[in-house]
Amino acid sequence: MLSAESLKKIDRELAKYPADQKQSAVMPALIIAQDEKGWLATETMNFVAQYLGMAPVAVYEVATFYNMYNLEPVGRNKISICTCLPCGLQGSLDAAEHLKARLGIDFNQTTADGKFTLKEGECMGACAMAPVVVVNDKKMYDYLSNAKIDALIDALSDQLGSR
Amino acid sequence: MLKIEIDGRQLEVPVGSTVMDATNQLGIYVPHFCYHRKLSIAANCRMCLVEVEKAPKPLPACATPVTDGMKVKTFSPVAKQAQNGVMEFLLINHPLDCPICDQGGECQLQDLAVGYGKGASRYQEEKRVVLAKDIGPLVAAEEMSRCIQCTRCVRFGQEIAGVMELGMVGRGEHAEIVAFVGKTVDSELSGNMIDLCPVGALTSKPFRYSARTWELARRKSVSPHDGLGSNLVVQVNQNRVMRVLPLENEAINECWLSDKDRFSYEGLNSPERLTQPMLKRAGQWEAVDWQVALEFVTGELRRIEAAHGGSAIGALATPHSTLEELSLLGRLARGLGSENVDFRLRQADFSADGKLAGAPWLGMPIAALSKLDRVLVIGAFLRKDHPLIAQRLRQIAKRRAQINILHSADDDLLMQIANRLIVPPLEIPVALASIRAGASGPAAAILESLKSGENKAILLGNFAQQHPQAVQIHALAQALAEATGATLGFLGEAANSVGGYLANCLPYGTQSSGGLNARSMLEQPRKAYVLLNAELELDCADPRAALGAMRGAELVVALSAFNHGAREYANVLLPIAPFTETAGTFVSTEGGVQSFHGCVRPAGEARPGWKVLRVLGSMLGLAGFGEESAEQVRDSCLAGKDVSAQLSNRAAVPIEGTAAAPKTAGGGLQRVADVPIYFADALVRRAPGLQQTKDAQPPRAGMNAKTLAALGISAGQPVRVRQGEGSVRLVAALDPGLPDQCVRVAAAHASTAGLGAMFSTLSVETLPVEQAA
Repeated sequence: MLSAESLKKIDRELAKYPADQKQSAVMPALIIAQDEKGWLATETMNFVAQYLGMAPVAVYEVATFYNMYNLEPVGRNKISICTCLPCGLQGSLDAAEHLKARLGIDFNQTTADGKFTLKEGECMGACAMAPVVVVNDKKMYDYLSNAKIDALIDALSDQLGSR
Repeated sequence: MLKIEIDGRQLEVPVGSTVMDATNQLGIYVPHFCYHRKLSIAANCRMCLVEVEKAPKPLPACATPVTDGMKVKTFSPVAKQAQNGVMEFLLINHPLDCPICDQGGECQLQDLAVGYGKGASRYQEEKRVVLAKDIGPLVAAEEMSRCIQCTRCVRFGQEIAGVMELGMVGRGEHAEIVAFVGKTVDSELSGNMIDLCPVGALTSKPFRYSARTWELARRKSVSPHDGLGSNLVVQVNQNRVMRVLPLENEAINECWLSDKDRFSYEGLNSPERLTQPMLKRAGQWEAVDWQVALEFVTGELRRIEAAHGGSAIGALATPHSTLEELSLLGRLARGLGSENVDFRLRQADFSADGKLAGAPWLGMPIAALSKLDRVLVIGAFLRKDHPLIAQRLRQIAKRRAQINILHSADDDLLMQIANRLIVPPLEIPVALASIRAGASGPAAAILESLKSGENKAILLGNFAQQHPQAVQIHALAQALAEATGATLGFLGEAANSVGGYLANCLPYGTQSSGGLNARSMLEQPRKAYVLLNAELELDCADPRAALGAMRGAELVVALSAFNHGAREYANVLLPIAPFTETAGTFVSTEGGVQSFHGCVRPAGEARPGWKVLRVLGSMLGLAGFGEESAEQVRDSCLAGKDVSAQLSNRAAVPIEGTAAAPKTAGGGLQRVADVPIYFADALVRRAPGLQQTKDAQPPRAGMNAKTLAALGISAGQPVRVRQGEGSVRLVAALDPGLPDQCVRVAAAHASTAGLGAMFSTLSVETLPVEQAA
């Protein structure tokens, strides 16, 4: 199901917790699985559940709770913009509208070229720096004016283009 | 102890109590949804907010530990305002569909909304919609918009049933209760989620939309299934049993019911109910009057008694029959000069008959199971045979009790098992002896486990009691119990597994020389049989022998609530009432005598079994059939006798306990025969809801991977299973919990009845494709 390399990474996470509390490693294990597969299919979650000795539905609970887990395939760049109240007051709703217009997609959609997926995020703990987006659940960009958003999209497009 | 003042009343509670515990002690009701005393604390409904002095805001009573000198107000303006606020939030997304909701009339949300809700909602926006889910044939999750996210069902799965089948996914407004993608709720305790659900989100599929709860009359009753004797509330409308709920009894079923106890009532209204006496004349079944049927039976019994002697008559009953029925059946047989009467239909080893000091029983009260810290369970499909006893052991296993298993199948018991010794069926006595001897490996670990600890028990399950060397297992277990200071107990297979002994429905009386037991009655065919509730082809240890004996008999009288396989071989079918339609008594595995009244009138011409037997006795002119009520029959059995003095797991005469090598083990594959939970008795076999569950799938020939490979069979392939003279066609399946060289072929099912005895060797061969089709 998962590559030996991924399993090794999961085992490394498992070693951080007592042997009878393997489920403590569920979040990193899901991240590792997602990094390999791109998204979390039912079978992938099932495998993680088995590997950690958890009920599959308990893994599903975690995977659906957090925005960083993709339960369906996403574009090569997943952009999550926080639209919670503090960010919203700081202009993130306008930023989101700009993103939608620039990419030509709505939330939870992927551009036709498969380059971008837009997600509505929950609080990222950076309210003071709103509007904020997280790209591919790993890198955060803050104080996003429309110009900075355009620059970001261009940069991300270029990265993909050069690959 | 901590001092606390609640609403001006003082009390002391132990350290670690919550405010909710304290209010419960005082009998003060604090409104709540997510709190349940048997489940862990979640504090997510917020309904139980109370005012605590010096706390800056209201605190949830269920999750607030008592501190010394705490002052709590449960209905002060602050508390009431907080509770009203919570109720308003809960109702924001709750649909206003009470008039068409199945929970209406017994809904906690509805009840509390009267006290804490407003007359009208301030919320004008759209309510959220949660899609319906299909989570199986018993629990309906069709209206999940009603869910208030208390997570009782989730916690029940995790904590009581031992398997988390439901979870809450998403968050905030998008949170909803689901089973994992494509999964269903298959726990044998799943029906309790319906009771736990404080709203109408989880409802009973079989009961849905069949009645309003306030129209139902409530009658107390006792479960006729396993030996636990769960207390029931049978709900009745217009002389029809509409549903069954648990009657709380902390000493027996707590507040739970197994699905078998809860949903088997559907079988009561089955189209297969026998509602008229039937007589076979010239090969044709005719409905006749009771008078005609009874005269036929008495005439024939007298004729056979005169021609062949009383011992040509045999009487067989299931242990699901009432004490009264079993007692009268015994008297009837003895009145006819026959000692051939037995109720232990699935037992194979009767060599302890007459040597036991009393009726085999649990050896302790059921509630005492919860205090054990070391347990050895021998030969039990624990979860399926005894769902609620398994639940009790699951709770103690969580508290670090060590559960040890000696069995022939390593089924997932959904609890921590300390040590397991899984051996082929015929090697169980040898394995038990090796535990006693403290041999190496798991045997030594089990002995070590039993030697440590304070409260210990060795429990013999159904499989051990049905074993062809059951007496040897008993003796060895007794020796092991004595050596380790453990209590020896028998897990009662059926509602009256103990009661049958007390009713003396046995082939050995104190005053008699002894007759034939259930097994020899079939192996040495009789001329006439009286069958009480028994579907012999499914209820017997050896269905082939049973069918042979029935087909060869001159007279077979079947007293049954159902029109069943006896139509083929019986001469007369007498319709008798199932447990809801007759008064009766079940003696549970702990020796608890539980009498119950009928809840509804018998269907059609059916009559309570005890009445039919009493009339038969009177018509035969036998003495001692004068009782006029079920209570009188019970009293003639039990009055003036100390029931507990009649219970004993000790042998009065020493029984040999040497573990001889199994005689029949001449190589070959061994059969591991379980009695599937929803085929175990006549009633559950006819409950449509239960029959749609995963546990009611037709039996397959289960083998572990090594055995499959050795035979060159792959899982899913059709195979022919041969056992002695018999052979049946089954589908092979992978069953990793079995020992090598073993095949799980369930008993009690029509598809395997052709095989014969439950314990035997058998062979498995692949079928050519055209034959399989």
